Amino acid sequence: MDIALLSMLSITAIAAIRLRDLFAVTMLFGIYSFLTAAFFLTLDAIDVAFTEAAVGAGVTTVLMLATLRLTGRYEQTPKHSPLIPILVVCITGAALVYGTLDAPTVGDPEAPSQTHVAPRYIQQSADEIGIPNMVTSVLASYRGYDTLGETFVIFCAGLAVIIILGLQDSGEIHPGRSAIGDQLVLRVVIKMLLPFILLFALYVQLHGDYGAGGGFQAGVIFASGFILYDLVFGEGDARLIIPPNWLRRMAALGVLLYAGVGVTTLIMGKNFLDYSALAESPTAGQHLGIFLVEIGVGITVFSVILTIFFAFSGRARIAVKTGRGGS
Amino acid sequence: MSLSLHLPVLVILLPLMASPLCILIDRARASWLITLIASLLSFYCSVLLLQQVQITGTISYELGGWQPPWGIEYRIDLLSAFMLILVTGLATLVLLFARYSVEQEISKLRIVPFYATLLLAIAGLTGICVSGDVFNVFVFLEISSIASYTLISMGRDRRALNAAFKYLVMGTIGATFILIGIGFLYMHTGTLNMQDLAGRLPALYDNRTIRAGFAFITVGIGLKLALFPLHLWLPNAYTYAPSVVSALLAATATKVAVYMLLRFLLNIFSLDFSLDAMPLDLILIALGSTAIISASLVAIFQVNLKRLLAYSSVAQLGYIALAIGLANHSGLTAAMLHIFNHALMKGALFLSLGAMVYKLGDAELHSSQGLIRHMPLTSVSILVGGLSLIGIPGTAGFISKWYMIQATLELGLWPLALIILAGSVLAVIYIWKIVESIFFQSPPSTVAVHEAPVSMIVPMAILAAANIYFGLNTHLTVDLADSASTLLVMGGGQ
Repeated sequence: MDIALLSMLSITAIAAIRLRDLFAVTMLFGIYSFLTAAFFLTLDAIDVAFTEAAVGAGVTTVLMLATLRLTGRYEQTPKHSPLIPILVVCITGAALVYGTLDAPTVGDPEAPSQTHVAPRYIQQSADEIGIPNMVTSVLASYRGYDTLGETFVIFCAGLAVIIILGLQDSGEIHPGRSAIGDQLVLRVVIKMLLPFILLFALYVQLHGDYGAGGGFQAGVIFASGFILYDLVFGEGDARLIIPPNWLRRMAALGVLLYAGVGVTTLIMGKNFLDYSALAESPTAGQHLGIFLVEIGVGITVFSVILTIFFAFSGRARIAVKTGRGGS
Repeated sequence: MSLSLHLPVLVILLPLMASPLCILIDRARASWLITLIASLLSFYCSVLLLQQVQITGTISYELGGWQPPWGIEYRIDLLSAFMLILVTGLATLVLLFARYSVEQEISKLRIVPFYATLLLAIAGLTGICVSGDVFNVFVFLEISSIASYTLISMGRDRRALNAAFKYLVMGTIGATFILIGIGFLYMHTGTLNMQDLAGRLPALYDNRTIRAGFAFITVGIGLKLALFPLHLWLPNAYTYAPSVVSALLAATATKVAVYMLLRFLLNIFSLDFSLDAMPLDLILIALGSTAIISASLVAIFQVNLKRLLAYSSVAQLGYIALAIGLANHSGLTAAMLHIFNHALMKGALFLSLGAMVYKLGDAELHSSQGLIRHMPLTSVSILVGGLSLIGIPGTAGFISKWYMIQATLELGLWPLALIILAGSVLAVIYIWKIVESIFFQSPPSTVAVHEAPVSMIVPMAILAAANIYFGLNTHLTVDLADSASTLLVMGGGQ
């Protein structure tokens, strides 16, 4: 199983490098992400697989396609010689292989990564935090500060897109005119699916304590629902529901909510992000804290992904407009 | 609630949380003010932290209330406090300067997100300096890096986008290498906490996974630090970035990368392993020497002053690499002194160029002709920064070069002392080029400009004065650098 997945991964990667048709390459990247997600699944890393499928295969593919609309479908033949890059890649590859020579085998119960910090997460998180999904416990509480940092990374990415592409000057919107043409079947199907997509996102958001999921994945799925709507029902329709200007404020609110929970714990006299300060019993506090920060993450991820999509699709409209003006 | 207990996290939180606040308030002038106040308060916290560390010794702060290695730890020793003061202090001065410069160079709609991103860059850089957890370091490195790419892309010249993209590609490779390295370390230790790693690694020094991890981390940080020959992203990035961004990044970003290198090499691994068992000392000395000579030579031929200073930065980072490669106590002291002093010089110089760009529109050598006539204060500040860069006695630059030469002679490596001197001679040439143009050439008759506004002059003058102050009064810096390097040499003793 592992060998089959890995060989498919490398075939996809090589094909993606060889092809000059960027549309095909984007599709291959999507496949690559799905394969990676499957690979994570065989490693029992369900949360990671979920994220990879939602972000890598789903949203990234849409964003790449939106970029292709702006740039054109075929890659130019590179001018510089591939010699130095190949050399660098070979050395890096050799170093990676060298590094794995002494590595513990996958799934070895005696490996240090299984015996040092992990046992406490596995054995005690249920008592200390009180939720069954220990991935969420590690992510949102034991290492909640890292997750705060990652949420700020996403916030920063949103700022970068706003700065470089701009959101204000996004051209006129065409409610009802679809980017991919008038697809009656798609419209009907999407209209039926959409409520379920959004509901599923909410389920993922709120159910992270018990199963795979949490704010990151939920934000992505929720945003994909909006993107789908915008793609099928008409350019800019989603903008009428959530104006782009709100989005950046929502992204800011999301990270502030997360950090605000930390500040609240400070004011309650505990350390930053020590959720046990939030309620009478420590586990109730942990529950509340994790719930709130996951919502913060969800809001920020949703807003940033939608911002990125709006920025790209708005850009496409400007490009089309100026192109027509020229001809 | 006693705030002083939470200083370690407040230093980071102030700029971090001020960033979304700017977006919510969404007013250009207000966002500048918020940014300035946040970095000023953060600087104040850093000063308090340094005092605390000097009294009580290393401070540990458990984030989320989880004890390390299960939770993330902030660990502030003398070196961390020293870096905090450097980053937040320079950020405050640059922001004082920023108001008019940014209003001129950044389009109106982008000023708010500009300051929000700048705050994230500052928060990221400070976060790296206090963290006692390697993965947390990576997270804050990501924040500061993504913010820096964005800030560089905002330069007025279209080539800024290209420069930022190149930096993004190189920087991302660097970050990925660091992450791979951290993964390799985790594979055999099962921990991400620095202290815990330092305790568990010595038994594994012969392990090939650990050695590969060490190599990946070093190369990754080398990319971030613009260590020759991994510096190719730096000249364009510094040249085309907005003035304020060039000043901030030149003064702090690469220094924080040096800090990371020191932490990894000496605290997480140990001096004996990194610079003795591994051939890294020789590599650092060789690359450092090459950087000093080649980058200084290239600097001589530049006609854009920002680019000239960028190449000079590559050379100065070469000095620091060389000093670390010496692998002895005085070498490390010299490296740390140069981290601080070089931040002062480049801060003063890039701010002066920022004032020049504000008044004249560019930082080309020919535009600077006769600058002394209409912008005397800016000219003098460039002169002081330049002298310090050369290492004239009485300036901060002299102190660090003096300690560096002493460190080489201690080991009997006089050829290296010669290389350091040769670098200074080359610096004389490129600084003279600027000085001659500013002081001895007559200005083009068409130009009639006046000195920059006071809010730009003040931070510039403070930095120029600091170059002289720390050249004459060496107690503060030398003592700090000396005790910090003692901690580093002891390894794990943080």
